[in-house]
This record gives sequence, structure tokens and C-alpha cells, in this order.
Amino acid sequence: MNTGKRLMQKSLHIDPGKCTGCLQCEMACSLDNEGAFNPAKSRIKVFDFHAEGRFVPYTCTQCAEAWCMKACPVDAISVDTLTGAKVVSDALCVGCKVCTIACPFGTINYNQTTGKVLKCDLCGGDPECAKACPTSAITFIDADWTGLERMRDWASKTDSGTRAEA
Amino acid sequence: MARYVIVGAGPAGVIAAETLRQQDADGEIVLLGGEPEPPYSRMAIPYYLTGGIEESGTHLRKAQDHYAKLGIEVRQAAVSKVDTGANSLVLADGSALPYDQLLLATGASPVRPPVPGLDLPGVHHCWTLEDARQMADLADPGASVVLMGAGFIGCIILESLLARDVKLTVVEMEDRMLPRMMDQTGGAMIKRWCEDKGTSVLTSTKVTEIKAADGGGLQVVLDSGEQVPAALVVVATGVKSNAELAQDGDIKVDQGIVVDNYLRTSVSNVYAAGDVAQAPDHSTGGWSVLAIQPTAADHGRVAALNMAGVETTYKGNLAMNVLDTAGLVSVSFGRWDGGDGCETAESVDAENFRYMRLVFEEDRVVGALSLGHTDHVGVLRGLIQGDVHLGEWKARLQADPCRIMEAYLGSTLS
Amino acid sequence: MAWARKLLRVDLTKGTCTSEPLNMDWAQRYLGQRGLATKYLTEEIDPKVDPLSPDNKLIMTTGPLTGTCASTAGRYSVVTKGALTGAIACSNSGGFFGNEMKNAGWDMIIFEGKSAKPVYLFVQDDKAELLDAGEFWGTSVWDTEENIKKKHQDPMIRVASIGVSGEKGVKFACVVNDMHRAAGRSGVGTVMGSKNLKAVAIRGTLGVKVKDIGAFMTATANGKAILAENAVTGQGLPTYGTQVLMNVINEVGALPTRNHRDVQFEGAGDISAEKMHEKRASDGKSNLITNGACFGCTIACGRISQIERTHYTVVDRPQYQKASGGLEYEAAWALGAATGVDDIDALTFANFICNEQGYDPITFGATVGAAMELFETGAITTKETGGIELKFGNTKALTELAEQTGRGEGFGAEIGLGSKRLCEKYGHPEMSMSVKGQEFPAYDSRGIQGMGLAYATSNRGACHLRGYTVASEILGIPEKTDPLATEGKAGLVKAFQDATAAFDSAGLCIFTSFAWTLEDVAPQLDSACEGEWSVEKLLEVGERIWNLERQFNLAAGFTGKDDNLPARLLKDAAKSGPAEGKVNGLGEMLPEYYQLRGWTTEGVPSNQTVERLGL
Ligand SMILES: Cc1cc2nc3c(=O)[nH]c(=O)nc-3n(C[C@H](O)[C@H](O)[C@H](O)COP(=O)(O)OP(=O)(O)OC[C@H]3O[C@@H](n4cnc5c(N)ncnc54)[C@H](O)[C@@H]3O)c2cc1C
Ligand code: SF4
Ligand code: SF4
Ligand code: SF4
Repeated sequence: MNTGKRLMQKSLHIDPGKCTGCLQCEMACSLDNEGAFNPAKSRIKVFDFHAEGRFVPYTCTQCAEAWCMKACPVDAISVDTLTGAKVVSDALCVGCKVCTIACPFGTINYNQTTGKVLKCDLCGGDPECAKACPTSAITFIDADWTGLERMRDWASKTDSGTRAEA
Repeated sequence: MARYVIVGAGPAGVIAAETLRQQDADGEIVLLGGEPEPPYSRMAIPYYLTGGIEESGTHLRKAQDHYAKLGIEVRQAAVSKVDTGANSLVLADGSALPYDQLLLATGASPVRPPVPGLDLPGVHHCWTLEDARQMADLADPGASVVLMGAGFIGCIILESLLARDVKLTVVEMEDRMLPRMMDQTGGAMIKRWCEDKGTSVLTSTKVTEIKAADGGGLQVVLDSGEQVPAALVVVATGVKSNAELAQDGDIKVDQGIVVDNYLRTSVSNVYAAGDVAQAPDHSTGGWSVLAIQPTAADHGRVAALNMAGVETTYKGNLAMNVLDTAGLVSVSFGRWDGGDGCETAESVDAENFRYMRLVFEEDRVVGALSLGHTDHVGVLRGLIQGDVHLGEWKARLQADPCRIMEAYLGSTLS
Repeated sequence: MAWARKLLRVDLTKGTCTSEPLNMDWAQRYLGQRGLATKYLTEEIDPKVDPLSPDNKLIMTTGPLTGTCASTAGRYSVVTKGALTGAIACSNSGGFFGNEMKNAGWDMIIFEGKSAKPVYLFVQDDKAELLDAGEFWGTSVWDTEENIKKKHQDPMIRVASIGVSGEKGVKFACVVNDMHRAAGRSGVGTVMGSKNLKAVAIRGTLGVKVKDIGAFMTATANGKAILAENAVTGQGLPTYGTQVLMNVINEVGALPTRNHRDVQFEGAGDISAEKMHEKRASDGKSNLITNGACFGCTIACGRISQIERTHYTVVDRPQYQKASGGLEYEAAWALGAATGVDDIDALTFANFICNEQGYDPITFGATVGAAMELFETGAITTKETGGIELKFGNTKALTELAEQTGRGEGFGAEIGLGSKRLCEKYGHPEMSMSVKGQEFPAYDSRGIQGMGLAYATSNRGACHLRGYTVASEILGIPEKTDPLATEGKAGLVKAFQDATAAFDSAGLCIFTSFAWTLEDVAPQLDSACEGEWSVEKLLEVGERIWNLERQFNLAAGFTGKDDNLPARLLKDAAKSGPAEGKVNGLGEMLPEYYQLRGWTTEGVPSNQTVERLGL
């Protein structure tokens, strides 16, 4: 249901400074969602900025605007009231991909094998990536704050409605 | 207690109604639709055509009691006039419906080109669910089908017609497929892809007439003199805003209903959203009508926030399309065609149907095209609409335009 | 399960790629990676073959755990007959390439024949094709990797390639993946170059599964906890990298210096881990930027370094001002102590060039050290070196030769022969500090006696990664032994050699063995792979692999006489430190070793041994 209200829930906190680029998070994510160690199908992606010696894990922040959810023509993305995650229903998704261009963070992607889209669903409230991370670069914490807060700022800078909704 | 009336039960109208409810728990919200079905999504029609979903799968909201639970009154009623002086609507049955705040979200309609024979049975637009039902009856496997128009909507329909295994001929007046979404390089790749899949694609070709064939069915006459037999002709030659309602009042109308940065029309308590609205354009600084789903959703949300008194600035229309042509995914954003003062970066792998083109103005991305890419394409929107200054990342994107995700992260998370 | 059960055979002569089922009987007996690929190689080539002829084959191979979440399970190896040594070569690399290969559904890729023109292999899951590499030939590893990703419009492609040195026949060229991870030793990149194979580019999206996921997750979680709690793998390596050893080894008097003429280096502190951490006065930054992990690795020993922008090596050369793979201990030693150079940024630069142009820093540094001795003794002059004053400690000579070797030009082309051929050429074979043609790594066997035996008997020539008794003799893992004693070392060496073969063949990084024994590895393998994988079976597999490699070398023409050390280590006593006055006691250890191995006094596996191991 598209109420879009963001409750005070736990969120993934990402600290790129701690990340070593080991990809244990990608393996954990794909194992949970795809039943195999398959980083290519992970919802969280670690970007290697080799020339700067920096690793940046990146996934959906369950943003308040939920661009993906609002753009979906068939109600296939909804808010999990327990976790606040925007969750894709494979049964309803028709594979139109509009959500993949609507999300300005590039964190919802089309999977050509299944004809559906992939995005982080916070594993129903117990994120596997955070559990798998050996350096605590990803933690699941009790605050309406994430290490990628700037992603949200992007929206608030250009759309003052964001804060009112959050 | 305010009364909000929304004309149009497409995505713009529905999202506006929901957003209004979020902001105003008590206001009365009436959502008027001109079609018999529950609020549905036009863009889901292609998936209904392929048999991927039932009719109910096209419904914008799935729960039966969704609107009732939110206290949104949904009515099937065609509006014939807006009386801005009296703050009231005139419905088709002659009754009046007063409002405090009005949103016009009446969408668009397909354009009918001046071609004789468009009234014949077997010639259809693909716009409403009703159109879809009739097309589905004719588009049997093996049937000859002519698709007039290879624009964005045409190409979406093309995908579902191919999925129905029809014998397809595409006729496009311009020199390439998707003239408003793809450049020559991309358009040519999509054309070759379609031809490889057995579709005949005639570009720079016009339909001059459609005739009833002697033994039943249709004959499509082309400007080349050639005639193509068809059981079904689908017309997808562009759309036009449904702005007639607003035409004879004080509401300013151009290509569509003209709105400001708050989605407000020239009348202060009347707003417009979606395919009907001509809104400020992020790319050009002027105004544009963008008949696409994400724009309808954004408009609906921002208009409703302003209607409810939460002042919200719209960040401007940004053209964005994603298309799947029988497995070849293409994407276009913003000013992909560049223009004065723009620089471009391209990577072309025609053989493998992969393409990436970025357009820069100073150190920002202002437009993009891609073919064969599905990962992280949304970030192109973030780069463009966020006016992200790339700094040193511009040079890196020029060296390899596929590094969009790194460029976004590198220039925003320092 | 665990294994993809499929290998890709690439016939470079014919230009074909074919899929074959993996021989699962062999997999049960040789596990994977090093062991299994060696089995294929021994079955498919004549050990006497010229390593650079089309009849040699080159195998890229993963282990059953590669691509799973077991810690460090991202490794792959390149197995071939080595260009540097003529012995069996198996060079192991981390990074992300191994996982990609496994995720594309391949346990192994066997390259045979020789392409008429430069090509690269492009693999997308089950689709594999040879493509023209004309545009990449003559370019560095770094450019090749970037440009292949760009050409295919996919930054997620993983690439293993050779640099210009590998094309030009530098005898110790390596295969570099992920910019700075290398299958480094024995000239496996030279073999690749001889086949006109520039690169292998892979994108894998199929996924890797294991036999019993529940048991596997428990076993791997236990393994990771042990690594995290261990002082070496949990703290030492992530913080200091392998460079943690520089000062330690120098103090015990086992840091070979200036071509093994000394065993302690006065500049050790300046090329150590501590130095890499130190903030420079000039710009307040340190050489080390961060540590980085290979695929699935929870240790993260990798160094990412950046050279001071004003350093002479990088001024006006922006490509070297960026961060990239920094010094690990063996490289820092070879480029530094072995040549007497103590400028950390110069060593980092030379290391960058080794990665960029794809050659082994150990053999390179050691060969430069040998050349410096040739120069100082007058056996070569500036006439041969092209004007370079090749004296010990000459920093600019080192970096200049690094670039020349990378291009296979000038005196760099002669350095590219390796020390054995170079010293023979100039009439001083005794100055080559090598075994079976391969240079020593960073431990002087006069100060660490067991390593002398490990070097002498290593199947791929002098090497620390075939039996790292340093762990026991210096670090006390699993228990402390006296580094100056020879007693008990034969057994120690054999145990390390057999266990290492099992670790390697599983697809794991040998650094896990600082904390893990086979007791920790067995449950991970047992839950992942078909069959039963006990410690006993792993030891037997390890021993079988060792003997198989030995048989290859014997058939290639090596004999027990090659299980030897240069006279310098056996006759010239260490000049300082705790080992002062000591030489290596190889003669006291070797006969016992042969006996423990079940080999004849000539070093040939006895019939009984061959039979026991089912060879
Ligand atoms: C076949 C097809 C495929 C498409 N695919 C895509 C796609 O892939 N991606 C994309 O971005 N866009 C796509 N679109 C476009 C997208 O569907 C529209 O942009 C979107 O539906 C616009 O929403 P809207 O709410 O503005 O208008 P509409 O969805 O058109 O809704 C307008 C509503 O107004 C009602 N109405 C009109 N006049 C009156 C009146 N006088 N009185 C009362 N009610 C009235 C109508 O009945 C309807 O309920 C597609 C469209 C079609 C037809
Ligand atoms: S996928 Fe994108 S738009 Fe959707 S919730 Fe996540 S960040 Fe927001
Ligand atoms: S791809 Fe699926 S989830 Fe995304 S917008 Fe389309 S139907 Fe909704
Ligand atoms: S598991 Fe943690 S350290 Fe490893 S890549 Fe993911 S975020 Fe980085």
C-alpha cells in the first residue's frame, strides 16, 4: 500500500572507510535471495575505487520518496510495514523496468533471467549483508540515519516535500 | 474541511489522491474516472496483451478496498466542463460537483493521423483496456499485423505483438525507429535487432490509405506503392493532451494545461498533473508535456502536496524512457541529442548490441542513451536531475562512459 | 556441488573453445586447483617439452571452494611447465578473477597450442570465444584491463592478462589479474605470451552452490572466527600486511641482503611496514592508503599505496600518482634488501611497474641484486648496462631497470633472463641465488635452517610458498622450533609441504594456515564437496600431489642433484646476527627427508610410495 510513511525503523548503516572490498556481503545477499553464491545477483554492490584506495558498498536506502514504488504501474512495490523496506512482489511485477529508471540512485535493477527487478528488501528485518561483514562496515542500526544520507539529501535539495513526508 | 476533486483516475490522479490523504486526514477526496474499470494503468496494457497478466493485473492498486480504506471516493463520471468562477465541475449527466481544490489529471489521447480508412473495423489504437481487448481478439499467432508508428509507445506494443507470434510489419514515417528516444546509432541497432527476429521494419515510409480487402481483412497502402495485407492495424502515431476541459475558461492552455513549479495552473486552486500538464522542463528551462509514467507519478505527488498546503517545488520534467524490444533493453534520458555547448562520450559495440552515450554540459551529465544495459541505469537520472558536478569524473566518463555508478558515487560521496 | 564439474578447453592453434566434463574421479584424488590441474598437465603434456613451444599447455584453475563464502576462497592458479625453471609451475593468485571464472561455471581453462596472432579469451558464463587482441598487444596490464572492460561496456568483467614483459619473453613474466594480483612466479606469464594469448576476460553470473549449505555456513563461520581471533590473521596481517615480517626477519639475521652477501640490512626499517604507515613530513600522508581484501577474504592483508607526488619516479606521470597495489614483504625485500635500496617510494614505484607490466618482483629484484654483484666485481660494466652505474644501493638504477624490464628493452632484456641465465652468460653461475633456476624469496636459510631444505626440495624452484617453515621456526606456528637447528626439520618441511598442497588445491589462501590447520579446513570442504573430506584424506591428497609434481620434474630431467643450494649458503657463513658463523645444513636434512618421503637415496619416489599413493 502506498502510504509512504516512514516509521522509525532500523536501517543499514554503511561506513565505506571500514570496507575492505571482500564481497562477503554480496555473497550473503545472493545466497539469501538466489540460493547460490552469486555476487552478480547481489542487491548490495561494492564499488572499488582502485585509484583512490576506497571501497564503497552501496544499496537501496529505502528512501522516503520511494521513486521506484510510485512509478510502478501495477502496485508491485509496497512498503513492508514491519521494516519500512520497499519490497517487490515478483507475482505482481510485470517487468516493465520503469522503476529502474525512476530510482535516481540506481539501486533497483532488472534481472533478465527472471524478467523481474531486484532490490534490497532488508531481508525481512535481519539483513544478511550486515551479518556477513567482517569489518562492521555494514551495520543494521536503530536510527533513521544511514551512511549514505547524502543520497537522501539529493532529493531534499531539489524537492522540499521530502522532509514533510519523512 | 476541504474538498479535493481529482479528474482522471490514472497514475497521476491516484498518486495525488493518496498523497492528499497522507497530508490531510480529514479532507474529502473525490477521484473521477472516465472509464468503466477501476483505476488502471495504461502502461500495463502491453503485459495484458501478451497474456502475462489478467485484466486485474493492470489495476493501479490491487486491494479491493484500497480507496475506501483511505476514504477516497472513486466515481466513474465524465466531466464536461470546469467552471472556475463557481469552483464547480459540470459532469456529463449535467450535475454539478463543487470543489475547493481541483486537480486535472485527464491524461492524453492518441493522435489520429489524416489517413483514409482509420475507421475500418480492425484498425485500433492501443490506449485503453477496451482497445486492448479488441486487439487481443485479432492478434492471433501467425496473423498479419501492421504497426503504424515506431515511437516509444509503438515499440512497446511491438514487443507484445511479437510475443503473440504475429507476422509483423512496422511502418515508420521518419528515418529511424524511436526518432524521439534514440539517435541514429541506437535506432539502427534496434531496427537490426528487430529484423534479426523476423520483423519487417519500413522506415521513411508512410501509410497513405487503409482499405478493406476483398476476401476480408485489410490492405495497407504505402507511399512506395506497396500494399501489405493485415488482419489488424495498430495506430501509434503520437499522443495529445486531453486539455479540452480547460480550454474555454481562464486556465492557460498551450500544448497541454500550463502549470508552474508547483503544478498550479493559471487559476490558483486548480492544478494539473500527468500527460495533460505542460510543466517546467528541467532540461530546457522551458515548458513541456511528457507523456510518461514517472512524470505522471511525480506530478501527482507534488501537485497534491501543494494542494494540501505543503509547499513543494517540482524539480522539472525530465524525459526518461526504458524499452524492452524483444530482449534488447534501451534507455534514454534528458537531452541525449545534445545541442549547443554540449560534449558527448560514446561507446559503441554494434555487433553485440551495446551502446552508451552521455551528453555533458560543462561538468554535468544532461542526457544519456544506452542499449543492452540494465544495471544501475537509474543513476543517470540522479546524475542529470541532481545536477551533479562531476569534477574530475567527467574526464573518467569521457574515457569510459559506462562508469556511471562510480562517477555518481565518486562525485557525491566525498 | 562446489566444483562446477566443467572445464573449458581452448585450442589456440585452431581457435576453438569446447566444454568438457571435469574428471570427477581425479577430483576426488587431487581435489582441485593445484592438484587437479597438475594431474591434467602430467596426463596431457610430455614433461620434456620446451616450455615456450606450442606443445606446452597452460591451465587456469580454481578450487572447489573458490567462489564460496569460505574465507579467502577466491583463489585461482596458473599451472604449466615454467618458462623460468623448466619445472612444474603453479602460481597462485587472489583478487577476484578466480571467483569470476567459477561463477561463469568453469573449474578450469586449458589452453593448448599457439595462436597465429594475438588473441584474448572472452567468457560470459557458458559462452566463450577467442577475440582479436591486436589493439591490446603492446599495452600494459593496466591498460588492457581497463580497455577490455570499456570495449565490452562492462566494468564488472574481471581480467587476467600479461603485460609487455610477457609478450617480450621476459623469463619471469606473470599473469596479473585485478590490476595488482598476480600468478607471479616461474614465468607462467611468459608461457602465456608465447601462445600469443594476451588476456582472459570473464563475466560470471551463474552462482556457486555447495553440498550442504547449513553445515557449510557453520563450518565457514567457525573458520572465520578463528581467523579473526588469531593475532597474525586478525591483527598483524590486516594492519601491516606481510610486511610485518621485515623487521622481524632482519632481527633474526635471515634477511638476505645484497645478493645474499649479508643477512641483515641496515635499511630494513626504511622499507618496513612501519615505514609504510609513517606520515611523511612533506605532505602529512603515508605511503599506505588502506588495506584491501581479495574475494571473500576476511583477513585483508592487501596493501594499497600511493607514492608521494613529488617523488622523482612519478613527477609528471599521473598514472603512477594514483593509489595501487603496494609492497608486500617478498617484493619489498627483493626490490630493497636484495639490491641494497632503501627508498620506500622507489620500491613502491618498481612494484607498480611489476604489476603494470606483469613480471615477478622477487625474481626481478634478486636478479638486479645478482647483476649488481656482477657489476661490482667487474664481470659487467656500463657497456653492458647501457650506462647504468649498477651498484648496490643505486635507487635510480633499480627504477630504471624496472621500466626497461617491463618493456623488455635495453639491459632490462638481460635482467629478463633471470639470475641463473644472466650469471651463466657472464661467467659467474655461482652468483645466482636460485634453486632449479628460480630465485630465493626473502628468508636466508643460514638463519632459518628449515627453509634451506624447503627451498632445495621445492617442486617449482626456490620458493617460500611450498613449505613455509618460517611459521614454526620464527613465528611459533603451530609450535616453535629452533631456526638454527637442523634436527626435526625434515619432518617439518614434509608436513608443511603436504598441507600446503591441500590448502592450495582447495582454493584457499595459504595465509589462512597461520591460524587454520587442516582440522579447520576439512569441515569446510566436507560440507561443500561430494565425497568425504577428512584430515587424513587431505594429508594423503597433499602428499599425492607433492609426489606427482616430483614425478613431473624427474621426467622433465631434474634429478636429486638439483635438490641443492648455492655454495654461498652452504659455505659462506652468515656475517652477523644470531646466525653469525652459520651456513645451511642441507646435507644433514636431505637424506632424512628422502627417507620420510619414501624416496630412494637418489630422490626418486620408491615403487612402494608410488603404489601407496596410487600414482
Ligand atoms: C500502451 C501504452 C504503453 C505505455 N507504456 C509506457 C511505458 O512503458 N513507460 C512510460 O513511462 N509510460 C508509458 N505509457 C504512458 C503512460 O501510461 C502515461 O504517461 C500515463 O498513464 C499517464 O498517466 P495520467 O494519469 O496522466 O493519464 P492516464 O493514465 O491517461 O489517465 C487519465 C485518466 O483520466 C480519465 N479522463 C480523461 N478525460 C476525462 C474526463 N473528461 N472526465 C473524467 N475522466 C477523464 C481517463 O479515463 C483516465 O482515468 C504507456 C501508455 C500506453 C497507452
Ligand atoms: S530502490 Fe531507489 S527509489 Fe526505491 S526505495 Fe530504494 S533508493 Fe528509493
Ligand atoms: S519492473 Fe516490476 S516493480 Fe518495477 S515498475 Fe515495473 S512492474 Fe513495477
Ligand atoms: S562484507 Fe563488509 S568489508 Fe566486505 S565488501 Fe561488504 S561491506 Fe566491505
